[in-house]
Amino acid sequence: MGPMIYKKKWPAVFFLTPAFLFMLIFLYYPFFQNIVNSFFEIRQLGAPAGDYVGFENYLKLVPGLSTTDPNMMTAIKNTLLLMLCTVVFQVGIALVLALLVDTVRRGSQVFRTLFFFPIVVSATALGLLFNLLLMTRGPVNQLIESLGGEAIIFREQFTFLTMAVPVIWQYVGFYFVILATGLNNISEDIREAAEIDGATGLRRVRYITLPLLRNVLITCLTLSITGSLKVFDMPWVMFPPYFSDAYLTGTYMYYQTFEKSNVDYAAAIAVFIVLLGVLLSQASKMIFREKDY
Amino acid sequence: MASARRGRFLPHLFIYTVLILWSLTTVLPFLWVVINSFKNRDIIQTQAFSLLFEPTLDNYIKTFTRPPQSVGMAYLNSVIISGAVTILVMLLAGMAAFAMTRYRFHGRKALDALIIASLMFPVFSTILPVFQMMSALGVVDNPLGVILPQTAGNLAFAIVILMGYIRGLPVDLEESAFLEGCNVFQVFYKIILPICRPAFATVAIFAFLWSYNDLFTQLFFLRSPRTWAITRFLNEVSSQFGTDYGMMCAVVTLIVIPVLLVYILLQKNIIRGLTAGAIKG
Repeated sequence: MGPMIYKKKWPAVFFLTPAFLFMLIFLYYPFFQNIVNSFFEIRQLGAPAGDYVGFENYLKLVPGLSTTDPNMMTAIKNTLLLMLCTVVFQVGIALVLALLVDTVRRGSQVFRTLFFFPIVVSATALGLLFNLLLMTRGPVNQLIESLGGEAIIFREQFTFLTMAVPVIWQYVGFYFVILATGLNNISEDIREAAEIDGATGLRRVRYITLPLLRNVLITCLTLSITGSLKVFDMPWVMFPPYFSDAYLTGTYMYYQTFEKSNVDYAAAIAVFIVLLGVLLSQASKMIFREKDY
Repeated sequence: MASARRGRFLPHLFIYTVLILWSLTTVLPFLWVVINSFKNRDIIQTQAFSLLFEPTLDNYIKTFTRPPQSVGMAYLNSVIISGAVTILVMLLAGMAAFAMTRYRFHGRKALDALIIASLMFPVFSTILPVFQMMSALGVVDNPLGVILPQTAGNLAFAIVILMGYIRGLPVDLEESAFLEGCNVFQVFYKIILPICRPAFATVAIFAFLWSYNDLFTQLFFLRSPRTWAITRFLNEVSSQFGTDYGMMCAVVTLIVIPVLLVYILLQKNIIRGLTAGAIKG
């Protein structure tokens, strides 16, 4: 016997309708409309679809054809490389920091606060902050010059690093908190048992801590893969729109929309971003299976 | 046994050095920008690290007078937009999560799958048709153009968090209130909403910050200066006055300081709110 209060079903309709209506109108409908749009010519943002163009837009996305769009190839290459760097360095640095904080008794709360702070600040503000730090006559270059080096034009000479380092740096604290919480949840008993059995230091990390942290690590890896496909704000404010060496799939889609008014091509790029995301998260699910202990 | 727990496989000195070095990367850039917001452009370009200079408020005066929109109005727009998104998300997600956990009905599994799938849509894949709709409705260059899609984008996550919380509550309280004469709507308003306050706090923080920091949607819908919210304001000011480094330092400082203050006050809730999706239990 369930409770009486929920026997009458009709109020459920009242409670559910608004939220699902919102999601249908602003997520599901536009998602499918966007796929349709990518097959029709649209010359201006907000304009209705024109002539059928078939797979024309998608042929620009395939490498090695006469129709291939070299800028899009740069964008895909940069995005994949950024993804690799995020997975390795963002989660890697976060893991090292979390393991280190776990071994100290004092100050862990302070580190948590300091490490997490950049996540709260908008990527737009951080992008401008990095522009200031890295400008030709900025503090970083003044430091380099005072040490006897030559000023670096970061955007031109180290395009990818200039874009990737701030993106990676911002979210280290996020994965740090997740991993540190995971480490905290490893039970005292297991730690002590390991200690008594003589597993100490790096051996304990390798054979006890990391295996127990496996599921949390997988969550972090999956989040950082999908997260790197969503990167937009920071590179957009750090590089001018025409700076093609710094394109990512997201910023290039925006560029095609606003600078080129090629809205149907932008729609196709958006479809491509979704496909890439689904493909990569499925692949990562197959590679790292979660285990129950 | 606490000392047995913490193995000392690396000297503490080394550990603290690494941790402090990373802390410096998150602290020094902000400190630098705040200090340099009181310097003239020329001094920034020659003595970026000097602490002995005559402080000036010129950069701040320029920030308030030169852009086509004042920082204050941009803040107000941001608070209106993100506040509306937060309230709508809490209300609609609260209602939906309540019905999803408490009612047994046909098609519940399908709705569940719809919610999970909604978590996956990147904003890139929906924004162009949403723009088509909005311009047909005439709400481009209007806060609603940002509020409606951002609300939709946050709902699924909020529903998942709230469902997890409501599922853990015993039904008895609702049942006895019902038997004493409350109807379902009163139960929702007088029992469910107050009890779920911690979960709502998580949802509110997530929705507010996400909306507040999201430049992409603002670029599409907030066209004229009077509608600019804070991140769009920042983007426009940097493309117009980007080489006035003193003014840029002042603008970045004005954007970061309020966030810093709120973060110091609410840091536990904020950290919990932003990592809620990733940490189970």
